[in-house]
Amino acid sequence: MDRDALEMRPDAAADWPDRIYDTLKAQAVTQVALVPDAGHARLIRRCLADPAMRVVTLTTEEEGVAMLVGGWLGGAKGVLLMQSSGVGNCINMLSLPVLHRAPLPMIVTMRGDYGEFNPAQVPMGSATQAVLEAMGTLVRRADTPGDVVPVVDATLRLAFNTYRPTAALLGQRLIGAKTFGKD
Amino acid sequence: MATDIPALDRRDVVRGLLEDRGNLLVVAGLGASAWDITAAGDCATNFPLWGGMGGAAMIGLGLALAQPDRRVLVITGDGEMLMGLGALCTIAVQSPPNLAVVVLDNEHYSETGGQETATRHGVDLVAIARGAGIGDCRAVHGAQEIGPLRNAIHATTAPLFAVVKIATGNHPLVLPPREGAFLTARFREAVLGPAAHHQL
Repeated sequence: MDRDALEMRPDAAADWPDRIYDTLKAQAVTQVALVPDAGHARLIRRCLADPAMRVVTLTTEEEGVAMLVGGWLGGAKGVLLMQSSGVGNCINMLSLPVLHRAPLPMIVTMRGDYGEFNPAQVPMGSATQAVLEAMGTLVRRADTPGDVVPVVDATLRLAFNTYRPTAALLGQRLIGAKTFGKD
Repeated sequence: MATDIPALDRRDVVRGLLEDRGNLLVVAGLGASAWDITAAGDCATNFPLWGGMGGAAMIGLGLALAQPDRRVLVITGDGEMLMGLGALCTIAVQSPPNLAVVVLDNEHYSETGGQETATRHGVDLVAIARGAGIGDCRAVHGAQEIGPLRNAIHATTAPLFAVVKIATGNHPLVLPPREGAFLTARFREAVLGPAAHHQL
């Protein structure tokens, strides 16, 4: 971990973000909606470098829920990338993919989850899975590098094959906890 | 609101905008806008919303990006647009040339008892859209402006945003189908053909 970084991010040697990108490509994902998170930084760079992917930076995560429903109406497969705090911004909008039977895979980097330093991240981080499930989202977790590809792959397949919101939660144990230099 | 021009009737405006619509894809925000597009004629390329308040413009963006060769029109109300103003920034940055967003602005939440919205108190949605960077922003007050707006929706080469000031008051309900899965499937089939139901 880079102790001077403002936000936590995976070790440079960790290649699971690249494997997530490979999984998105295998599923022919062309719309990537996101509010940035440091845990997703490497994946976002890969998506931005891919001319076959339309990366849309949102002002709030719920925009991405609506956008991907629209994309599906037009035949495009998409994914929503966000931090756990963003899940709270999506709650009512998640009624759209439920009502309209639209695939909505989300890949969520967790905060307030494992070794958190910032008290403000804990309320939403603790509620993330419960909130998603309360809105009808199927949730799977990855807490080790070996979990990432199967969990993300399963999350994408569940969404696109069964037409519903799904979420892969990437645990803070996987990503590393931000310490503000206090470790 | 300009007081010297008779306020437009929302059903007349929507009928005018959807005249000779060709293969125009239409998303309508929840409430009166959805009833309006249905009153003009329910069809497979209509996507009327029953919920997701604040999301109509973003549905339009996702659709416009997925179908760059089709024209996409979002028709929504001032209350619905106010709930998702960030979408104007997101749309401006993406700048899809085939997307138009038209706000029917009666300055009230007409579905919930006619409470005033922020536009009643001077909030200028056209200025906000222009400030976001949307290329073609218009304020429409007169009936003679509806035809040109309709034509621009079919010809614009930059995202278009228009606020049409309309009269307050509710029309008889003309409800679209309520089953969301049906609305999705019929829309996708109209856009993608029968293969839509086998997409992997």
